[in-house]
Order: sequence, then structure tokens, then C-alpha cells
Amino acid sequence: MKNSFKYITYLTLSLLLIVVILLFEQGGSVLSWQFLSKNWSHVDILKGGIYPAIIGTLWLGLGVMLISFPVGFLSGLYLTEYMNHGRLKRFLILVIRNLAGIPSVVYGMFGLALFVRFFGFGSSLLSAILTLSVMTLPWVITASIEALEALPKSWREASLALGATKWQTLLNVIIPAAIPTSLTGGIVANARAMGETAPIIVVGATFYLSKLPDSLDDKFMALPYHVFILATQHSSQHAGAYAAATALVLITISFGMSAIGMSLRYYLRKKLEG
Amino acid sequence: MKNNYTLEVKNLQVWYEDQQVLKQISVKIPKGKITALIGASGSGKSTFLRSLNRILETNPVVKIDGLVKIGGQKIYEPTTDLIELRRKVGMVFQSPTPFPKSIYENVAFGLKVAGVKPNQSKKPWWQIFEQKRTANEIENSEDFMDKVVVNSLKEAALWKEVKDRLHTSALKLSGGQQQRLCIARAIAVQPEILLLDEPCSALDPISTKKIEELLLKLSDKYTIVIVTHNLHQAKRISDHIGFFHLGEMIEFGESQYIFEKPEQKLTKEYVGGHFG
Repeated sequence: MKNSFKYITYLTLSLLLIVVILLFEQGGSVLSWQFLSKNWSHVDILKGGIYPAIIGTLWLGLGVMLISFPVGFLSGLYLTEYMNHGRLKRFLILVIRNLAGIPSVVYGMFGLALFVRFFGFGSSLLSAILTLSVMTLPWVITASIEALEALPKSWREASLALGATKWQTLLNVIIPAAIPTSLTGGIVANARAMGETAPIIVVGATFYLSKLPDSLDDKFMALPYHVFILATQHSSQHAGAYAAATALVLITISFGMSAIGMSLRYYLRKKLEG
Repeated sequence: MKNNYTLEVKNLQVWYEDQQVLKQISVKIPKGKITALIGASGSGKSTFLRSLNRILETNPVVKIDGLVKIGGQKIYEPTTDLIELRRKVGMVFQSPTPFPKSIYENVAFGLKVAGVKPNQSKKPWWQIFEQKRTANEIENSEDFMDKVVVNSLKEAALWKEVKDRLHTSALKLSGGQQQRLCIARAIAVQPEILLLDEPCSALDPISTKKIEELLLKLSDKYTIVIVTHNLHQAKRISDHIGFFHLGEMIEFGESQYIFEKPEQKLTKEYVGGHFG
């Protein structure tokens, strides 16, 4: 029994590895400095690169992090530290957990209705950042709640008993201790947001732009959408290789984000525990 | 005569939701002495202790009624300054509760939240990565916070053990050291009363002995109220004893009398080890 579990585990991991190997085989030859650093060339794709799509995706990731982590963490803080236990709280937490399961394209439609149309942000980087932030909020809130609830109740009492106010207790003891774990949730959510395709098609990503976005109001290119178009709709015979290479870059950025997240968490935790 | 009592309690009653856990407690606790509260689990002694610095009411289901006076001041008035009360009445909990901060920061915590600025803040920002200050520098510093931290650690008989790792995490200390650190942290805000809720129940006999010696020493300066399961401990360190049973204070008196000739039959049975 134990052995079959072992094989299943290895099988799963090897599937991941096979994906990476296949992508390399398909797109490895395309990877070059030019591919990473040049603007997209629409007519002859061999002459250009995916630089704008990389930048677009990085802007997107940064924006989502800056919005969804603080908002999500503060929501988690309110739910755990201020809200009384009761039906309303259980209901809210249930709703938040369920929001995490809603298909991303539905968030796309939501963003289209609310940010693009109602607030009039148009198809833009801003609309995409806000849409993906809303999408990642449930994960960040859930991770924050779990981090906060894992902290000993005795810290809160000990701090109050020393004459600290509730806010001082949160600020000096609880928040610094809960941030590392919450941050991990935030970064995993962010890595997923950067890989999302469906919602950003709806709210502002385009396949081809001659320039980088100058402001939050501009449309933008993004890696996942780029992969999608190259793999399914582009006529160039090199499109397949380019799609694979672009996917490799996307995976690398995702892994890189996770690695940064993990080391940040490790550093903060070390600092906390000495 | 009035000055001989730090704490006066009259008709204190406490409910958890609808269940009454303290019934009509009235007692006067003498100043500058060690008072031990004994009794079986669930007898209400911890609840009583936690009502004295009003930490009990952080639990929203608790209802409290009655009079508690500390140094002549009623503490359950609407005008009571909770922050000031809790500075005056320090508390040490059952299991050690060091914060995930350095030893120095733990002891300085009460001062910091009271608005005392730490010495380091006077340094320009680019020096934050410079060498941490040595034990010697901190010990000889003229800074108020440094002085209080050093004195509190010395008073808690911990200075020698931790002076060379003041900047490492308090979570790295042993259980007994952590508990003494919590005592140092409590006395750093210069309270008048020190409440201890079974402070040795998680500790080994040697650490327990150190804490008992420490409490005997501290009783010169502070009024100490300690909840304990351990009758031997009560006998060794306390001047007075209050015996709790099912939410009532059955008897209060000098330790010697409680152990040798208690007035109540229940007390006699409890200190004789018939239940508990």
C-alpha cells in the first residue's frame, strides 16, 4: 500500500517534469537574449521578442500584490481579531472560502461589468489588476485567517496585561508574527494570478502592441494570453516553438516569484524566532 | 490600618454565560506579602485572579459583579483607566508567554507601549545594520529604557544567564528562563501587585525552586498573589492562603493556621490531601 502511494507521488512529480522537458524540446531553440529583450514583431515573429508581454505580466503581478495582500490581510485581521464569534462570522468565512472556487472567467465578466464599464476604467492594466486582485482576495484572506488563528491566545493576553491597548497588541505582537505565513498565501495566489488567461482577455490584455503600457489606463500584453494566441491562432510556422518558449518564461517567472516568497518567509520567520 | 491592605474585594461574583463560577467573594489581601490561592481545579481561583487586573473580561461571555479596590481605588468603575490598572497590576501566566522578539525587546515591551522611546531610535537610520550593543554598553548606559531592562532582568535573577544574548529571540530560552523573563517583563513596568497564575505548573523542580526563591525576594517590593495547585509550594512561600472550593472562598488566613488548624472542615480535608 505504502509503495503504491509512493509510485503515485513520483508519477505526479514526473508529469510536471515531463511538461517542462517537452516545453524545452519544443521551444528551447527559440530562447535567446533577443527573444527576451525585443519588442514583438508581428509580421515576421523571428525578428522580435516577447519583452512587452514579460513586462505586462510583471506589472500585473506587482499591482495585484500591492492591492490584494494589504486588503486581504486587513480583512483577515478584522474577521479574526475584531468580529465576534457567531453566525455572521461563520457565514462570511463560508462565503469567502466558496469565492475561491469560482471559475476565473466569471471574475473576468465581473471585472468587465464593474471596472471596465461601471467605473469606466476601460480595457486597461488597471482593470486587469483590480479584477485579478478580487480573484485572489479569497486565498489571501483565508491564508491570513489561518496564520492569525494559529498564534497563541496567550500572546494577546500577555500583551494586554502589560498595559498595551488592543491596537498596540496587534501592531507589535500579532501582525509581525502573522505576516510570514500570510505572505506565503499571498505569493502563491499571486503566482496563479500571473498565469491566468481568461479574465485578462476580457478586461484588457491584447496580443500585439507596438509600445509598453505608459500608465494604468493603457492596454497591455501578457505572457499567458500570448501563449494562447500563438498556440491556437497564429499562422507562422514557428508559432508553436514560440508558444512553448513563452510558456517556459512564464513558468520561470512563476517559480521565481514563489522562490522569492519562500525566502522572504524564511527570512522573516528566522528574524522572529532568532 | 487601611494601608495594610493593597487589595480589597467585596461580594465579587462572576458568571460564564449562565453558570456562576464565583460566589460572593470578600477578602482583604495584605500589602507586601505573598498570598497563595489554593483549591481544586475549577474552584474559581484563576478566575478570581484574572478579575483583579480585569483581564477576565477580554472573554466576552463573562459577567462580573461586585467591588474590587486596589490601593483604595475601585477598579470596576466606568472611569477606570484599564491601561493604568494593568500597569499597576502585573500578571504572569501558567505557561510562559514570551513574545517572538528578542530578550531585550520582551522586557522593554511594557515601556514601549507606554510610549518610552528606545535608545536606538536616536541613531541615524544608516547605522541600523551596525554591530548590536554589547551587554556592557547596555548595563552602563544612562538611557532610561536600558536601565529598566537591566534592573528588571537582575531583579528576576536572569541577567547573568542572558546578558550576552539580549538580542537573540526569547523563544530560545528554556521554559524556566522564559518564565523568569515573563516576571522581568512584568516588573519592568513597575507594578505594585504581581499576579501569578500557576507559574510553575509547566516547569521542572529546579526551575520551580528558582522561581520560588525569586518570589520570596520580590515580596519585599511587591504584593504577590499566586495561584497554585501545589500545596507544598503554598506552604514554602506564602504568608497568607485563600482556599477556594466550587466558586466560594471557604477560608482565608495566615498560612500556618490554614495548614495547622483550619477553621473549616473542607479546608482541613483539602490541605490534608483528601481531595483536590
